[in-house]
Amino acid sequence: MGKPKLAIYWAGSCGGCDVAILDIEAHLLDVAAAFDIVLWPAATDYKYHHVEAMEDGAIDLCLFNGAIRTSENAHLATLLRRKSQTLVAFGSCAIDGCVIGLANQFTREAILARAFTEAPSVDETRGTLPQMVTQVPEGELHLPEFLDRLRTLDQTVEVDYYIPGCPPQPKQIWGVLEHIVSGKPLPPKGAVLGAGDKTCCEECPRTRDEKKLRRFVRPHEIIPDANRCLLDQGIVCLGPATRSGCGALCTAVGMPCRGCYGPPPGSRDQGAKMVSALASVIASQDPVEIDQIIGTIDDLVGTLYRFSLAASPTRGVTG
Amino acid sequence: MRTISIDPVTRLEGHGKIDIFLTDEGEVAETYLQIPELRGFEKFCEGRPVEELPRIVTRICGVCPEAHHMASAKACDAVYHVDPPPTAKKLRELLYSAFFAGDHTLHFYALGGPDFVVGPTAPAAERNILGVIAKVGLEVGQKVIQQRAGAQEVVKILGGKAIHPVTSLPGGVSKGLTEPERARIEELATGFVDFAAFTLQLFEDVVLKNAQYLELIRGEVYRQSVYSMGTVDANGHVNFYDGQVRVVDPSGKEFATFAPRDYLQHLAEHIEPWTYLKYPYLKKVGWQGFEDGPGSGIYRATPLSRLNVANGMATPRAQEAYGRMFGTLGGRPVHATLATHWARVIELMYAAERTLELATDPEILGTDIRTLPTATPDEGVGCVEAPRGTLYHHYQTDQRGLVTKVNLIVGTTNNHAAISLAVKRAAKHLIAKGAVPDEGVLNMIEMAFRAFDPCFGCATHALPGRMPMEVRFRGPDGEVTRTIRRP
Repeated sequence: MGKPKLAIYWAGSCGGCDVAILDIEAHLLDVAAAFDIVLWPAATDYKYHHVEAMEDGAIDLCLFNGAIRTSENAHLATLLRRKSQTLVAFGSCAIDGCVIGLANQFTREAILARAFTEAPSVDETRGTLPQMVTQVPEGELHLPEFLDRLRTLDQTVEVDYYIPGCPPQPKQIWGVLEHIVSGKPLPPKGAVLGAGDKTCCEECPRTRDEKKLRRFVRPHEIIPDANRCLLDQGIVCLGPATRSGCGALCTAVGMPCRGCYGPPPGSRDQGAKMVSALASVIASQDPVEIDQIIGTIDDLVGTLYRFSLAASPTRGVTG
Repeated sequence: MRTISIDPVTRLEGHGKIDIFLTDEGEVAETYLQIPELRGFEKFCEGRPVEELPRIVTRICGVCPEAHHMASAKACDAVYHVDPPPTAKKLRELLYSAFFAGDHTLHFYALGGPDFVVGPTAPAAERNILGVIAKVGLEVGQKVIQQRAGAQEVVKILGGKAIHPVTSLPGGVSKGLTEPERARIEELATGFVDFAAFTLQLFEDVVLKNAQYLELIRGEVYRQSVYSMGTVDANGHVNFYDGQVRVVDPSGKEFATFAPRDYLQHLAEHIEPWTYLKYPYLKKVGWQGFEDGPGSGIYRATPLSRLNVANGMATPRAQEAYGRMFGTLGGRPVHATLATHWARVIELMYAAERTLELATDPEILGTDIRTLPTATPDEGVGCVEAPRGTLYHHYQTDQRGLVTKVNLIVGTTNNHAAISLAVKRAAKHLIAKGAVPDEGVLNMIEMAFRAFDPCFGCATHALPGRMPMEVRFRGPDGEVTRTIRRP
């Protein structure tokens, strides 16, 4: 029997997930020793038709990063689901849509218009939109379709496991792979791997008090105390609504959490979870007043759902 | 007409694809480089508090998030009319210099280097970082890994995260440097300089002392006579973090020098319906199609063009290497696309020396690292040199600093037309009439765009450092008659 087959794929993504896998450094050699890497566009040769030629279920483990933004992304998601025994949504884009899911607040037409019609730098070709098929003198050129909205991986195909983060931290990635390499059984399907089971606050070194807030401030408006909780100081910090696992890297350098590890256990709605956390630090018992104070936060949707709008109950579709 | 499709050549924001159309006689009729993906940052950044953008736009690229973080933070400074304290600027530049040292290393050893160190037509299985290690020794591989890990460590110390740093915000940075951290960065930077010196020597020994390679660099296949763009400091030296944008014409004469905020007076973008990526060009020269020469507004923004526009390098060892390159290749400007690899190694030395300079700067431990904005926010442009070209972020906001408009011209995009031209030229030279191109020929076409280090994604930055490629020959009915695949 040969080594288990590993596939690593990127869809609509920035490439940071692949760089994070490279950042496990010397352990890459362990991965290469334990697995037969059959697909990894970042590191090995690949072609779609090679994947298509494989028998269904031929890939043992597929780490899929990136969101479903184009028809091509959707095609590859479907293909890799069929060819893989275990499909893992890897990183924030695949799981929650990441920041690029904020595009779901706008229509496809508005997004294309901004880039190709309104941008101040475009010349007299202004208004030329990308076409799925273009006739050129020499023949035909094809482009994949930019979909009407961004989808997460599990809104597209069935997903077995989730490894969160933007990107997942290299230590966590190696932790999961080492577990698999050692042959230990995985938890039941649907589990989150490579992360903690608490909130980001549990990993944050800052001290909390019971200060009650009347207003919020934006990060550039104050120089916060280096040791006290940022939320207590009035800066919206998504720590209470974010799964642990990163090691609270952002708050350690004086910047608030923006939620890249996704909602904590027991929640699929990071924004709703954060609203409860905000309500608990506001100096009021009056629900109306609490909502008024929360409502003063600029870009509430883009802040509470910075990384998870596409996965939220509304999926970010507005208007 | 037959078609050769190179699909995917890997990505910018997704996959790239090259179609080469052949005439019935087997000559190259036309080539098309397509970028089939879009994510819409210019739209969905609208409505966000502008100070959040340095943490959002990093996701444009996970390979060079530092470049977007810096350009965005500088655009935010401009939007708020705020000048960060000197220490804050130096901390940003320190992070940025270390990032450059890591990024250029990866490109040279994993991507560009194998073509020279192992050979442009060597078997593909050897033409990768492992082949480089086999040829020059395992300790070189260890040095490359160390250098890259060191650069990531500096970014993490200063930026909080090694991928997608978070510490820059309008008016400065959220984190200062402690003495133990500074000492660690100094130690790493000393290693960077040694490594850059080693790399320059390696380039000298392996490439320059090989007459065949030197001929390849100087030859017609990879020559591209276009305008050059890059950022220079007050002395006209290359600067990655700040300065004026200078453009020289194909003869080397200064064509324009401008403040980044005036970019719209100098740049325009052409659109083609068959690709999601636009084509920037020099507005005052105009778009003449995919043509080179002084009458075409196509330019390049690469390590080579940065050296072409600059009077020199700001650090001594990089300056020495700069003199050596232009001395060898016949003075400025150099139009040999493959010399971009040489320029990149020279920039690696500059990045290393600059990291060390800043790590030992008396101001670097300063605690004044934030200027709180007080002016009403409105509009601003932030610009840095990304490893792959000049990067412009242009934001407009309302009075509360909520974003109303965003326009971006990113590193590789500058070179979109130049890369297309380079591919066409190489294909026309290398695909002989009637002959079936072999695997070595395909690699040599690929070398034309690899020199740009195009950020068609991390494939260009990763082991084993070659792009997958396949050529399908189609008959008139579209049926594939023959397939050549590069293993």
